[in-house]
Amino acid sequence: MAQTSVDAQLTHIAAALDQIETTDADALDQLRTSLLGRKSGALTQLLRSLPSLEPAERRQVGKRANVLKREIEAALEARGLALARPTGAVSDQDLTMPGRRRWHGALHPLTQVIDEICGIFRELGFSRTVGPEAETEEYNFTKLNIPLDHPAADMQDTFYLKPHVVLRTHTSPVQARTMERHEPPIRIVVPGLAYRRDPFDASHAPVFDQIEGLVIDEGVSFVDFKAAIDYFARRFFSADTAVRFRPSYFPFTEPSAEVDAQCQICGGDGCSACKQTGWMEIMGAGMVHPAVIENCGLDAERYTGYAFGMGPARIAMVRYGIPDIRMFFENDMRFLDQFLD
Amino acid sequence: MYASLNWIGDMLGRELDAADTARRLTMLGATVDVVERVHEDLSEIVVGLVERVERHPNADRLSLCLVDAGDGGGSVEVVCGAPNVQAGTKYPYAASGTVLPGGLKLTKRKIRGVVSNGMLCSARELGLGQDHEGIMALSTDATPGTPLLDVLRLADTRLDIDVTPNRPDLLCQKGIARELAAVLGEVVKLSPIAGAATVALAPRRAEAAGHVGGIEVRLDDTDGSPRYIAAVIEGVEIGPSPQWLQARLHSIGTRPINNVVDATNYILHELNQPLHAFDLRNLREGALIVRRAARGERLRTLDGVDRTLTPDMTMICDGKGPIAVAGVMGGADSEVTDATTDVLLECAYFDPKRIRATRSALKMNTDASFRFERGIDLEGMTGAVRRAVELIMAVAGGREPEAALDLYPHPAGQTTVFLRSARVAHLLGVEISRGEIERHLTSVGFTVAPRDDRMAVQVPGWRPDVRREVDLIEEVARLHGYDAFPVEMRPFRPTTVPDAPSELVAARIRRMLCALSLHEARTMPLGPPVGSEPQEVLNPLSADEAYLRTALLPGLVRSVEGNWAAGVRDVRLFEIGRVFRASSGDQPPDETIRLAGVLTGAREPGHWMGSGSGGDLDLWDVKGMLEEAVRVAAGPGTRLSPNGNGGWDVQTSGETVVGEAGPVDADAPPWAGPLFGFELDVTARPSEGGGDRFMPLPATPAVERDVALVLPPGVTVAQVEDIVRRSAGPLLEACSVFDEYRGSDLAGRSVAWRLIFRHPNRTLRDAEVAKAEKKVLAALREELGVERRES
Repeated sequence: MAQTSVDAQLTHIAAALDQIETTDADALDQLRTSLLGRKSGALTQLLRSLPSLEPAERRQVGKRANVLKREIEAALEARGLALARPTGAVSDQDLTMPGRRRWHGALHPLTQVIDEICGIFRELGFSRTVGPEAETEEYNFTKLNIPLDHPAADMQDTFYLKPHVVLRTHTSPVQARTMERHEPPIRIVVPGLAYRRDPFDASHAPVFDQIEGLVIDEGVSFVDFKAAIDYFARRFFSADTAVRFRPSYFPFTEPSAEVDAQCQICGGDGCSACKQTGWMEIMGAGMVHPAVIENCGLDAERYTGYAFGMGPARIAMVRYGIPDIRMFFENDMRFLDQFLD
Repeated sequence: MYASLNWIGDMLGRELDAADTARRLTMLGATVDVVERVHEDLSEIVVGLVERVERHPNADRLSLCLVDAGDGGGSVEVVCGAPNVQAGTKYPYAASGTVLPGGLKLTKRKIRGVVSNGMLCSARELGLGQDHEGIMALSTDATPGTPLLDVLRLADTRLDIDVTPNRPDLLCQKGIARELAAVLGEVVKLSPIAGAATVALAPRRAEAAGHVGGIEVRLDDTDGSPRYIAAVIEGVEIGPSPQWLQARLHSIGTRPINNVVDATNYILHELNQPLHAFDLRNLREGALIVRRAARGERLRTLDGVDRTLTPDMTMICDGKGPIAVAGVMGGADSEVTDATTDVLLECAYFDPKRIRATRSALKMNTDASFRFERGIDLEGMTGAVRRAVELIMAVAGGREPEAALDLYPHPAGQTTVFLRSARVAHLLGVEISRGEIERHLTSVGFTVAPRDDRMAVQVPGWRPDVRREVDLIEEVARLHGYDAFPVEMRPFRPTTVPDAPSELVAARIRRMLCALSLHEARTMPLGPPVGSEPQEVLNPLSADEAYLRTALLPGLVRSVEGNWAAGVRDVRLFEIGRVFRASSGDQPPDETIRLAGVLTGAREPGHWMGSGSGGDLDLWDVKGMLEEAVRVAAGPGTRLSPNGNGGWDVQTSGETVVGEAGPVDADAPPWAGPLFGFELDVTARPSEGGGDRFMPLPATPAVERDVALVLPPGVTVAQVEDIVRRSAGPLLEACSVFDEYRGSDLAGRSVAWRLIFRHPNRTLRDAEVAKAEKKVLAALREELGVERRES
């Protein structure tokens, strides 16, 4: 047998590889038989004819034929599997039908906002701690430099549980509790509930979330305070949000400030949400009053710091456009379903 | 607190721009909440000149006037009903189409057959007074058509300022002007009183008693009133105040009453000095005594209420008894009336704490008590009383027969506070030069003198809030401008405070339950009493919210009912929160952190192919969730045990019940699914350290054996599992239930178990497994009477 003829046969058989890839199930068996059939398979016959060739040619053709045989076997196998696999592409299947869903749970929107806020302060090295909701007057007022016989005590209408025991009107008592238990440097955020005798309406709840922050160390200054709060506001809202510090008064901070962020609804042009001011109050804050530091047993000449308090509910209402604070407590599944991760 | 832009502008001697003023005040700490134009509703009213007056052809009492309203369109005919209308006089004129104060819109209409083009107005129609006798004649040179607001100088802007409780000095026009003067570089100067001819006499200082205008004045309670000034003015004529005074009061939202009262109100709002005018003739026995009330003494106050007094209150009394609650409210019988001719004017300082206690005991919050409680200017009183006397004489006539009596037995010294410029830099984070510090402080009335390396700062009387160094540093920061400090992140040291374990546990529980498809909920901690030893609130908002919760589940069940009421059937909620239990004595209640969950409705959302595991959530779903929660939040050895109510108790290894789960009763509509709930104490335990460790994956094959066991009545799966684990030997890796069968062919029930055996180092032989299985079956038979089920 001339070599050219053997070459032609090999080329011819190799062409079947393309055919295998597109053939259907019935034709696949025929193709297998015609190529590899024990009696009349084209490749079988070619291999059988090898002994009749010259030794040199035999080695070369034999090598090529065996490679081809493996390729054909693999192709037949793969095609067979592909044909056996359920395709789903059955002609009468409507793939626009809805997929199978599972229920999802979600964190409460207030928790999401609280976690995000605490997370930003964690970037600035704050740890997260808590304190009791029922407090003594001493921790809620006196240690925080709020004398009960001063009008400053009227800034918060208080629920009493028994004489000298109150539901905390802010998370600030945790400032005192932390200063008494830990040596500076202190950097904490304190999420938790606070209570005030405000009737439940669209913008007030008698029980509400607050996040307290406290930093106490040597050499902490008003510049550090501004930088931290500015960092927070820009991280929470957006990098180009303007932040404004306004002098204010809280008995436990001095200098005190109210911090405003550029109104997130009108962008600072003035709208009904920001009472036309273009600003949105986000927290009360300031340098910790030396009297508070002294009341907690630390040296106010040596240690300074700053503190802040904010209401995540109000921030969440602005962020999500929620008109009524009561919706946070109704636990309507259709409401909660809107805050999936 | 309302400020009038005109009033303040007069003190500063310049025009003020409303928006700029509001911004400056806000950035000084006097936040301006609202800026509103005063009398803006009069902006369309103009000066009209009546050129001719004729009788109305069809009505005797009406006149037909020809009015020049200056709009260039010639004169118009206006029908007028006022008897005082005169040709050649100017009046306020409202053209047709104008909306009058109160909302009435004028239309062009026929009055008795003649068309009237607008209206000439009375003071009352314009909201400028009570006078309705006739139209308001204007004595002005202004040309017809000039806006009325320009002529009367009524055009003013009112700023509503949120004054913080530490700044009583900002409760008056002068205080606001002082702040602005500091940033504008102006000087505050009180405007001269229009028509003031006489200068009031300088008050005479005395100790605790003296005479003025024939009245004996005695200061017995010097704690309650460290300084008391009394002035007498004789021969006043009570009547309406002049236009300018009424306008001033209008501009800050105060209603004019009569000239004497208006004058005292003017001084109150100008200088923050509350004054009280007594009718001299009503002072019985010619005496006025400042003393503590006697126990049980009574007084009918101006508001007509009879008050019972206590010795903690300071009273103003005459020779017979109390006539005013000092610094809070006057009595009904000593008030100035229309018939009053002689007045005793009180200009006093009352102790802030005393006033606060008094007004809170009597539940009367008045303008005067508000100011005394915050502290007025002890040093500005003589100036205030002289200005008040001059003003009264200017607007109500009368004379001062004798200089005012100033009872001030123990004069308070000047307050001096020392300030270190190094401390300013230390606290504020930037160097501010000594010169600049001094400039800032003197700009708002402090006096600064050097004292070694410090500054000795004298605090003016109107700043009772400034008592220590940090108060001055705040002043410096405020006047320097908070905006002027850089936003500059500087190095900081790491915190020593660890994260609260309870927060870490709560975060893990939240993640886990959200993954199990529960939504996090928030319920109110205040509600009706539930459970044992609920903590009561002494001053609740309502009886429904008078107790702190002792459990979370009731609130969550109410939320489920709310969802049902809204037609929502599939509800899965959890909450982590604090519950309270009353404690004895003066201790705060005990607080524990709990987790609770509720579930009802379909286990999976519906799908057109039919849902996978289908059906409603049931008892086993809630048990599974509780088991997960216990795994995450409870201590080792915690287990669930049936509680006899179709649910479980969660018990610690010490047999303490820390939670429960099971079916829950609720007010359910007929279409609702069954409701289940769980609650668990998750108060974080101290960290146990270590945490989860990796277990090497098995390298040898396992042998599984399925065994069906017949459990006689009364025998539980927990008992069986106990014995299986105990008796199978070390080769048993796991055992679990995978089926239960109950049928009449069985005495009891058949429970199918899968036992998994494995040797850590080699492949197990059948004989070894058979031997272990045999031991298990023997132990079960012997201890529980449990047999293998013969198929």
